Amino acid sequence: MMNNQGRPTNIDNVAALSGDRIDTFTGNQALEQEEKLIYEIGDTARSGVDLPDVPEAQSRLGGLERDGEIGLPGLSEPEAMRHYTRLSRQNYAIDMGLYPLGSCTMKHNPRLNEKVTRLPGLCDIHPLQPQSTVQGAFDLIDTLAHWLKELTGMPAVAMSPKAGAHGELCGMMAIRAAHDKAGEKQRTIVLAPESAHGTNPATAALCGYKVKAIPATEDGRVDLEALKAALGPDVAAIMLTNPNTCGLFERDIRKIADAVHEAGAYFYCDGANFNAIVGKVRPGDLGVDCMHINLHKTFSTPHGGGGPGAGPVVFSEALAPFIPVPYVVMNEDGFEMVEHVGESSSFGRMTAFHGQMGMFVRALAYMMSHGADGLRQVAEDSVLNANYILASLQDVMTPSFDGPCMHEALFDDRFLKGTGVETLDFAKAMIDEGYHPMTMYFPLVVHGAMLIEPTETESKQSLDQFIGMMRHLVERATSGDKDRFSGAPYLAPRRRLDETTAARKPVLRWTPEISAPNDTAAAAE
Amino acid sequence: MRYLPLTPEDRAQMLAKIGVSHIDELFRDVPKEALLDKPVNLPPHATEMQVEADFRAFAARNLAAGDAPFFIGGGAYRHHVPATVDYMIQRGEFLTAYTPYQPEISQGTLQALFEFQTQVAQIFGMDVANASMYDGSTAAAEAVLMARRITRRKKAIISGSLHPQYIDVINCTTAFTEDVTVINPVAVDGVEDLIGQIDDETSCVVVQNPDFFGNLQDFSQLAEAVHEKKALLIVVVTEVVSLGAIKSPGEMGADIVVGEGQSLGVGLNFGGPYVGLFATKQQYVRQMPGRLCGVTKDADGKRGFVLTLSTREQHIRREKATSNICTNAGLCTLAFSIHMTLLGEAGFRKLAKINHAKAAILANRLAALDGVEVLNKTFFNEFTVKLPRQAAPVVEELVERGVLGGLPVSRLYPDDKALENLLLVAVTETCSDEDLDTLVHELKEVLK
Repeated sequence: MMNNQGRPTNIDNVAALSGDRIDTFTGNQALEQEEKLIYEIGDTARSGVDLPDVPEAQSRLGGLERDGEIGLPGLSEPEAMRHYTRLSRQNYAIDMGLYPLGSCTMKHNPRLNEKVTRLPGLCDIHPLQPQSTVQGAFDLIDTLAHWLKELTGMPAVAMSPKAGAHGELCGMMAIRAAHDKAGEKQRTIVLAPESAHGTNPATAALCGYKVKAIPATEDGRVDLEALKAALGPDVAAIMLTNPNTCGLFERDIRKIADAVHEAGAYFYCDGANFNAIVGKVRPGDLGVDCMHINLHKTFSTPHGGGGPGAGPVVFSEALAPFIPVPYVVMNEDGFEMVEHVGESSSFGRMTAFHGQMGMFVRALAYMMSHGADGLRQVAEDSVLNANYILASLQDVMTPSFDGPCMHEALFDDRFLKGTGVETLDFAKAMIDEGYHPMTMYFPLVVHGAMLIEPTETESKQSLDQFIGMMRHLVERATSGDKDRFSGAPYLAPRRRLDETTAARKPVLRWTPEISAPNDTAAAAE
Repeated sequence: MRYLPLTPEDRAQMLAKIGVSHIDELFRDVPKEALLDKPVNLPPHATEMQVEADFRAFAARNLAAGDAPFFIGGGAYRHHVPATVDYMIQRGEFLTAYTPYQPEISQGTLQALFEFQTQVAQIFGMDVANASMYDGSTAAAEAVLMARRITRRKKAIISGSLHPQYIDVINCTTAFTEDVTVINPVAVDGVEDLIGQIDDETSCVVVQNPDFFGNLQDFSQLAEAVHEKKALLIVVVTEVVSLGAIKSPGEMGADIVVGEGQSLGVGLNFGGPYVGLFATKQQYVRQMPGRLCGVTKDADGKRGFVLTLSTREQHIRREKATSNICTNAGLCTLAFSIHMTLLGEAGFRKLAKINHAKAAILANRLAALDGVEVLNKTFFNEFTVKLPRQAAPVVEELVERGVLGGLPVSRLYPDDKALENLLLVAVTETCSDEDLDTLVHELKEVLK
């Protein structure tokens, strides 16, 4: 059997594994090539760009000319091509194989989206061009806003937040503004379940709130009684993820919403897991007051090694008046972008210009390709795939909770008990099998968490191979083959990296002292 | 629905394996009345051809910058991006990777981030840089919060010639903690008494170079005054290409430098995605927001890269984190870095010289027009022109003549009558000699 990086996976002898690489002069291993830093191969006098001549003109820099070398290395175009191509080959990506990162949603990224995003009429326009020259762009934003409102059953949306966590901030600022306007400044506490994404408490704190944790029940949901006990005139809002980070739907969500509203607080829903319910359930019908939507998760805009994202926020009637500028409105002459707070009760501006247009285009292209029917199928297939994994692994791994999951399946490390294999080791062994590991140690409410999210774009064949691989690793772990795990990965571009030293003595930029310790070519000289 | 691989038969087999007869049994925890029984009221799925046609129609109703002589800046600049940059960021291994949580199989992204951090630190003249924020404006707000953490003081003094939307973002981000005071009125000529405002409550002074109106300044003296009061100097750079020509903020004594990296590799994109740059001195590293990539070794002793100092971050420190930022602008940092690597120092400096020379030529030609005055003594590639009448209608008339002729300052200061005749004009290497001729000619016609 070959894994998806083309290496034989049937390696029985761990000793042979470490000797898998033969010593080469270059440090390269055939197609797997080492690549030095631009600082080790470039030259400040070299350039890969052929610029026109500098016209004659008198300087207006007022004596502020930069002198002295900056130290920026340049590469010729072919050198740059090789450098970045070689680097790219040291990355795992969804285009290469299953990427089961729970709570992150790594699904297929259609290239149609990239193509339309690069139409000059969409990418080569300036945010401060006269509004009359960008009516198509406003229409596009307005159309996307319409889709988001229909899919969530919410009447208003703020488009400008740049990412999910920025959207959280947007929602919490609107809540704060609404309370302030109502004269309820005593509301200083935000409730967040123990299982909340770390961004939730960080966001609440950034908004000036104190955070109070709400415990989870035995079955992985918010403890309704504990929540009710915590509610009071000092609570501004609850921040809840639904489906939650245990991969479960909050059964009591209507009761939670009612209790929160009765206490005069607002219900913020973290929408990171919206793809589990899109087209099946509208958050507006559940009593949500505001929710951010990670366009880069639910609607497939690529993550690009960490971003960019986009985090529009939908709002209920109660919070709609406070949404940040800028926003698009339609009037007799066409679309207009409202850019100033002016007379409105908007809480302000969250970013220069108006959000992540490039992500809007991709997300809308994805939505239109799927349509209302396809998006509903997205939710069903993502839930089906996750439950298929849960059902296929529950006899050998330990699911954390009973019953069906939503779009991600949560296991914990009880099945590894007594094997000497830790969750981390297990994950690193998956790398040798050609897979990106699942999310580990999150949510924090279960010990040694393993959160697996296959998404809807995986085929049954791909899931079956993944399941087979996982069963194989479980068998290895429980049969005492500990070394295979504790030393893993053996076959990746790097073995396990020393993160402790990196944090203790942080080296965050290149200096001449940082040379490659494995520079065999230099050693040979 | 070409993105969904499951066949009806697959679905049936999988449901059987799970032990349920209908998909809705898996949605059993959803309150019955909230489970939709049919698709929402939106169009059904469309073919690739159809979607492409729909987007062409959206695009056709916009005037692309490349289709007109183009002179708009104001915090976003049109530069030529080498074809290699866009090709490379579309390689699936970069485009479709996630945050490098598994460093052993993310060395490509991590090494590129490390190179990016070094490049940013160098152009700003600082010790260390992080691996991207959302954009320049949010990075500026994060810098003010960071100064608050370091100094434990509440008052931030913000220059009146900082980009007004950046001021809005700083105000909005800090409004709920009542930390920031904006002290200065608009300073078109760049002259303002910031030093006189500094006191023992001051956490930082925030200035921009070149400022919103295009003026250049040496902040060395300001830095001394700021440091005397144990406060921090934050310098904002919205046009990084300028740093190929002018002294870096680090050389002037800045403690934190933030910037908008859109000028290199990223493109206009109607305002986003962009890339926030953030650099500081070594001593403040642990108070920095955002991701950081560091060098380490693997189990075989090979050099490798990892995300590091994550104990500052929200997934560990939660409400005590330095920031709530999680997703950032990773792919845009890559585009920035590739563009910078292609330029190299020689190209970067030459690019800056071309920008400046073209702007200087245009400024002289505009100043020669009747009733037109260039207000700047100094500038890099953008300057402020005073017209004999309101700038906004002039810009609209220029559009009718096929020219995107600059940014009326009133768009950002709608309430300030004193600024309504001001036009901000930006010139980059993408402006040809013919473009300059056209603007001068058409503006002359419009002002007749």
